[in-house]
Amino acid sequence: MIWNETKECMSRDEMSNLQSARLVKLVDYVYHNVEFYRKKMQAVDLMPGDIKSIEDLSKLPFTTKDDLRDNYPFGLFAVPNSEIVRIHASSGTTGKATVVGYTRHDLEIWSECVARCLTMANVGKDDVIQIAYGYGLFTGGLGAHSGAEKIGATVVPMSTGNSKKLTTMMIDFGATAIACTPSYLLHISEVLAEEKLLDKIKLKSAICGAEPWTEKMRHEIESRLNIKAYDIYGLSEVMGPGVACDCEYHKGLHVCEDHFYPEVLNSATLTAVAPGETGELAFTTLTKEGIPLIRYRTKDLTSISYDTCECGRTSARISRFKGRVDDMLIIRGVNVFPSQIEAALVEVEEVTPHYMMIVDRVNNLDTLEVQVELDPKYYTDEIRTLQLLNKKIAHVIQQALGISAKVKIVEPQTLVRSEGKAVHVIDNRKLY
Amino acid sequence: MLAKQLTVFIENRTGRLCEVLNVLKQNKVNILSLSLADTTEYGLLRLIVDQPALGKEKLTENGFSSLLSEVSIIKIPHKAGSLQELLKAIEEGGVNIEYMYGLSIEDDEAYVVLKASDAAKIEEIFADYEITTVSSEHLHGLN
Repeated sequence: MIWNETKECMSRDEMSNLQSARLVKLVDYVYHNVEFYRKKMQAVDLMPGDIKSIEDLSKLPFTTKDDLRDNYPFGLFAVPNSEIVRIHASSGTTGKATVVGYTRHDLEIWSECVARCLTMANVGKDDVIQIAYGYGLFTGGLGAHSGAEKIGATVVPMSTGNSKKLTTMMIDFGATAIACTPSYLLHISEVLAEEKLLDKIKLKSAICGAEPWTEKMRHEIESRLNIKAYDIYGLSEVMGPGVACDCEYHKGLHVCEDHFYPEVLNSATLTAVAPGETGELAFTTLTKEGIPLIRYRTKDLTSISYDTCECGRTSARISRFKGRVDDMLIIRGVNVFPSQIEAALVEVEEVTPHYMMIVDRVNNLDTLEVQVELDPKYYTDEIRTLQLLNKKIAHVIQQALGISAKVKIVEPQTLVRSEGKAVHVIDNRKLY
Repeated sequence: MLAKQLTVFIENRTGRLCEVLNVLKQNKVNILSLSLADTTEYGLLRLIVDQPALGKEKLTENGFSSLLSEVSIIKIPHKAGSLQELLKAIEEGGVNIEYMYGLSIEDDEAYVVLKASDAAKIEEIFADYEITTVSSEHLHGLN
């Protein structure tokens, strides 16, 4: 099934024309409504009239997460707050959140994109879908929710955190679809297996995203639950889930290209790589009103293909992600930057600034251990003091990251010191 | 009178305790008593040694986190009930004991090492009850 055949199956020429028309309009829009873009364009002597088609996109400067941080919270918004109907936020690199705002029209586009993805995943109006992404500032829950409502499915807004309730309702409501992180779904499959409930479920589709995963994980989810699993991609800066999704052929994720123009760039030269070659993904939001982004660098590594897919869709497809350009980690679906830990530990005077993050996956759930060294001034002969300190650090980290971490106090001088680029992360998960 | 205790922070890793003891051995620091308080992640090795300052210096040189803190070492008769009587006196004085362990040096005398929640107050209690405490120097002499 295809949700919007006109857009998803249009010829490459038609798509290119549509993208050109939208880009021209977008550039004019941001130039006149966002000081940040106007200044950036003026700095390179560009006027909106210089952008005549999508071919001219490469003349425009890039936008990065740092730009969002520097203009926190609403500096990049193109409309007054009276037009913004919703705010979402994700992790920033240094404590300040990355904030995005949506107009009513933006929310409509977003649910349209999610509707396309859900249809790709064989979910329709007769389905009962459990949305088990977090609801709140994170785009996952509300984003998937509105798309599922748009297609007319019966939506169960589970959110996260209660596996027992989720499995009970999955069976009692006869849920046929679920949207959650792939690692969480593997965990759910284990819960179902332990309780011998696997033959009681009616699940057929899973729409998994918010963290990188592998083909191997997909096969494991599919065989354990006897379902089909689909990969959905998105990032809050660009929109949220629904920017791209894979179809039943699993030959890359179809990008909603009429709304989000993808470029894959050589990280060093920032020029486009050839189709099939790996590079950094950047998006230009062609229709967004609230916070339009020009050539936003996602830091995700992928490759792109423009061939027509076996499913009939002509949209560009990006490959499963191959890594990150920066040191961002995704732990339990939450974006985590090591620099956030660093900033959090500065508040704790009992420890040195050195730290090590150890990320692992135990029973399909991500674990984070943060190792810290005690400052010699705070050596103690009492266990209780250490345990209180442990709690205090865990609290500070939880506040900073939004996820819990196990804190381990280690002996002095055991953590690696900065020698050029310090290694602060050991990630034992095999995600790419 | 307070005595010095040498505390070493040790991660729960195979051989780590042995490495601490090796440093002390090589520097001829004699251990008179020890207590190991442990959690799943790490332990605190508390030591009464004949040369605490030297022990700390050498452990620090070898990369261990060690600390000299003050504890009370109390001489009690080597007979049934004497420890209970001591604790009763401390309890009546309203002082909490953070930790405690034994130390046996002489045939007919026993010692307990204890850390009180209130160091000043426990000194008063010892004075009131005529409880004898010993110094690090005294212990060094016994060695």
